[in-house]
Amino acid sequence: MNKLIRINQIRFLFLALFKEIIREPGVLFWGIGFPILMSVGLGLAFTQKTDTVRKVAVIIESHTIQNDELKMETISFLDQFGKIDSKGSENLFPYKLTVNDSVLGKNIFMFGRMAWSDAIINLKRGNINLIIIDKKNRAEYHFDPLNPDAQLCYLKLKKLSTHEDLSAIENESEIKPLTVNGMRYIDFLVPGLIAMGVMMACMWGISYGIIEKRGKKLLRRMVATPMKRSHFLIALIGVRLSMNILESLILFIFTYFVFGISILGSLLALIVLFIAGNISFAGIAVFISARTSNTEIGNGLINAIVMPMMILSGIFFSYHNFPDWSIPILQILPLTMFAGGLRSIFLEGGGIKQIALPTLILITIGGVFFGVGLKFFKWH
Amino acid sequence: MLILIFMNKFVIEVKNVFKSFKDVEAVRGIDLNIPEGQFVAVLGPNGAGKTTLVEMIEGIQKPDRGEILLFGKTWKDNETELRQLIGISLQETRFIDKLTVYETLRLFASFFDLKRDRVCEIIELTGLEEKQKAYTVNLSGGQRQRLALGLALLNEPRILLLDEPTTGLDPTARREVWAILNKLKEKPDASMILTTHYMEEAEQLCDQIIIVDQGRILKSGRLDELLDANNKNLDDLFISLTGRHLNEQTDQD
Ligand SMILES: Nc1ncnc2c1ncn2[C@@H]1O[C@H](COP(=O)(O)OP(=O)(O)OP(=O)(O)O)[C@@H](O)[C@H]1O
Ligand SMILES: [Mg+2]
Repeated sequence: MNKLIRINQIRFLFLALFKEIIREPGVLFWGIGFPILMSVGLGLAFTQKTDTVRKVAVIIESHTIQNDELKMETISFLDQFGKIDSKGSENLFPYKLTVNDSVLGKNIFMFGRMAWSDAIINLKRGNINLIIIDKKNRAEYHFDPLNPDAQLCYLKLKKLSTHEDLSAIENESEIKPLTVNGMRYIDFLVPGLIAMGVMMACMWGISYGIIEKRGKKLLRRMVATPMKRSHFLIALIGVRLSMNILESLILFIFTYFVFGISILGSLLALIVLFIAGNISFAGIAVFISARTSNTEIGNGLINAIVMPMMILSGIFFSYHNFPDWSIPILQILPLTMFAGGLRSIFLEGGGIKQIALPTLILITIGGVFFGVGLKFFKWH
Repeated sequence: MLILIFMNKFVIEVKNVFKSFKDVEAVRGIDLNIPEGQFVAVLGPNGAGKTTLVEMIEGIQKPDRGEILLFGKTWKDNETELRQLIGISLQETRFIDKLTVYETLRLFASFFDLKRDRVCEIIELTGLEEKQKAYTVNLSGGQRQRLALGLALLNEPRILLLDEPTTGLDPTARREVWAILNKLKEKPDASMILTTHYMEEAEQLCDQIIIVDQGRILKSGRLDELLDANNKNLDDLFISLTGRHLNEQTDQD
């Protein structure tokens, strides 16, 4: 009667909690559908070689226009570029300049003549990022110096205006595109998405699951039976781990076929690290759901943990963009370590040796939070 | 030890128990001895301290002062053993929403190491045959109370503790619950405490009636001992004891 482990209890708890999850259609969407959509959306956005279209506002100083105000074709600035297609004046940006480039994709510039105030509105709306003031014999370029795309646009136009052929400069012999698998944005993104998925699933699945059951007094009802408390937590975490394996596997298989994602490193290391990541977030989840029975407070707590890590842990872009002083702090966030470890396995061929330290730290974080959480855990 | 338990004819002993929450004294010195096989009703208005008392007996809350013994044993050292012997239903519990009635009972049965046969017996006993494949979230109030009762009865408890098992039910649904409980009376070794606002419930089901108000026992005894020419029913008695009605909403039927 006092056995350490009662398999039957774990088995039925596992089944019940598993059914609870899979019978909630929203769970399947957010757990499986959403990460796939995200990988498709971001993956396509950053891997497809597309034509770049840049719109530019042209302002003609009043004294330079005399009697040909309405004849837009005579904007002297545009004459510099030679042949320009015009699409008719009802279009806000009627002048189109196309520069073919077989390596980097077409560059299309669209010019529209407008007043300064209209140009500013378009700038604020993000329609344009460059304003040119045509001063008869020279052009003045107005743009935000902190905006790299505006800078690029300026440089390209500047080159073009001196009648240099862009495609001649950016020729194929000089530019060697790095589109090898494993070096694309999608390769960087997928391990990050897997790590983020595990974090989200643990925090929402475990924390919210506990808080909601406490709020309904179901936790109190269950511990008023010979159910072992540890078995409830084991089952809850076990269900979450299984779901996470399933969800990550589906995401991986999908991106494997669609984007050719591959794992260069050791599979064993991947499994070890994956479990360590789950332990880490499961521990944190138990900790933050240790006491409250209010789902709204729970919501806030979960968001307070999840949101900063999503932004700071380099899931969507490298955290090295943050100020230098913050890097050491960001590097010890569990999500940073988990995502970083996964990337080293996926992209750099990492093995047990490379992930040993992050794995150890992740398990320690999980263990400490779990222990402290359990000490203060409110069952009633 | 064995002899001690044998000699002890009370299955529940509550000795001078107190319990406060911040500024509320919920239970203020209650003594209670319940012999084996007795059905006891704890009758009292809202906030009388019924839930607090029952949950202390259930080992869910700890008394500030005083002692509670079940089969002569304290909760502190005998929790595992006592949990096997009692069956409870809380004043309000919700279940796992998307689990069926059968699955919910099966889950709780596994806590007691019981098999599916027992689950089927309970479904039959509580008349939930037609609802066994329904999600608990879709049950009516009466069906939910019967499920809660079924969960309490799974392990054939020696002590049954029911907190307001029929509150909020219409008269028909209430009688269905009474019928189930009346069947249990046939077992000589099962004892029960139930809390209620309804005097009929106490009269119909229970051997012993305890009237509580503001954390104290006002009066207790068998129905015929409590009533007399002046107090023709329990509500009259409650009025003569406190000057108030038992049930402010007076939803009597
Ligand atoms: N956890 C708690 N925190 C603060 N006060 C509480 C708590 N539980 C009960 N009380 C207070 O203790 C008193 C007794 O409450 P209890 O729930 O035992 O009454 P009750 O007789 O069960 O009432 P009801 O018929 O409404 O269920 C009430 O005044 C209640 O507000
Ligand atoms: Mg109550």
